Amino acid sequence: MAVLARASAAELADRLAALPELPAAETLRAPETGLVMVRGRAGGDGDAFNLGEMTVTRCAIRLGAHIGHAYVAGRDNAKARMAALLDAALQDGLLHDALMRAVVEPLAAAQQEARALEARKAAATRVDFFTMATMR
Amino acid sequence: MYVAVKGGEKATSAAHAWLDETRRGDTALPELSVAQIEQQMALAVDRVMAEGSCHDRFLAALAIKQAKGDLIEAAFLLRAYRTTLPRFGASAPLETSRMRLRRRISATYKDLPGGQVLGPTFDYTHRLLDFALAAEGRDAPATPEAPTDMTGVPRVTEILAREGLMQREALNESEPGDLTREPLSFPASRPVRLQNLARGDEGFLLALGYSTQRGYGNAHPFVGEIRVGHIGVEITPPELGFAIDIGDIGITECQMVNQFKGSRTEPAQFTRGYGLVFGHGERRAMSMALVDRGLRARELGEEADAPAQQEEFVLYHSDNIEATGFVEHLKLPHYVDFQSELENLRTIRRAAEVELREAAE
Repeated sequence: MAVLARASAAELADRLAALPELPAAETLRAPETGLVMVRGRAGGDGDAFNLGEMTVTRCAIRLGAHIGHAYVAGRDNAKARMAALLDAALQDGLLHDALMRAVVEPLAAAQQEARALEARKAAATRVDFFTMATMR
Repeated sequence: MYVAVKGGEKATSAAHAWLDETRRGDTALPELSVAQIEQQMALAVDRVMAEGSCHDRFLAALAIKQAKGDLIEAAFLLRAYRTTLPRFGASAPLETSRMRLRRRISATYKDLPGGQVLGPTFDYTHRLLDFALAAEGRDAPATPEAPTDMTGVPRVTEILAREGLMQREALNESEPGDLTREPLSFPASRPVRLQNLARGDEGFLLALGYSTQRGYGNAHPFVGEIRVGHIGVEITPPELGFAIDIGDIGITECQMVNQFKGSRTEPAQFTRGYGLVFGHGERRAMSMALVDRGLRARELGEEADAPAQQEEFVLYHSDNIEATGFVEHLKLPHYVDFQSELENLRTIRRAAEVELREAAE
């Protein structure tokens, strides 16, 4: 879900379109947008406090014997639906490995590369201190 | 006193039509898209999310467009929108020690594990207007990259706490108070104070934080650490019963290190002021940390006579949506109120005139 939640709706749609058709799905809970209260901790590691809310969209889909749930940041209904559909399909032993290879792993790799790029840019701004030698 | 008055519909709708026209500006110029505001006015978006107390970059950008760039009006729009949505629950508290860092600096240690990482900052720029930006169509130069190992970036406060020089934070896993559900009451708990400050007006927090530095509150703060970056948010939906990661948000954290001269029960040590805000907002996080420390004066047994240490004063006046509502309501018709004031004044004047005449006779 961490990988699906970070993918865009367009990325999920592209990956799904390239797959053989999934079995018929039934919508248990249509996409619905709401709020999650994000919490922090006083001093970073003390008592929890309410920092502020964020928008989240949830959806539940049944695919055969499996129920897929999605909770994804933002207000994109189509994305929540695709994430729930994939969550259900991934629980199907016959589909799991193929879906991991075709959808989850490539998305995870792209997300990892984006993070690595950001980390390399941050590293380039790390300060190297040097001390002036006293002249004598 | 308020009296329902009818009329003015035509004037109001004409005024709003003109507002729409002025929002668009010169139609010979291309219209700004919400995506452009989200990408290119990113810090305005961050401020509106923080003060609107709702993390959604698209909604904040839309609010800025609708408000013609008035950021308090935009935060107001975002707050109003959030009341239309159901609450699904609360996240697990963010473990900011695990955030992905774009920036991490400390003013207390030069050489510290993880190093000083500047990130995309205005610091050390010359603050000269860059007229090259007025020429459109130029691409930004490529950002340098360097091999990285961003693991092992301990908190500065933890380094001091291990030596016993930094007061540990209280940690009881009780449900924190929530200002969106219960009104403020006093004395307010630290979690409620932090929620209030996190969504407080940046200008108000800045001025109060500044006042503590200038002698109104006897603070001598150091920036132990500022962290800017992204972090995954985890929730545990009841139907699943286990935690899932729902995506990333941007945050800024400031740990302000302050002297504490000790008390009968505690030795002299450092204490923390804490700031945590949505998006990239260092001024905001630092100001919040200064005011948080100011408001801890009473629990630490310090004198609490400066404005930034007055809990009721600070917490009742920090919210710019409430403040602007009360200040701006003065524009609304007060005709009946004013009539009674006018009548009152005339009565006093008449009485005074009669007295004067009688004295003269």
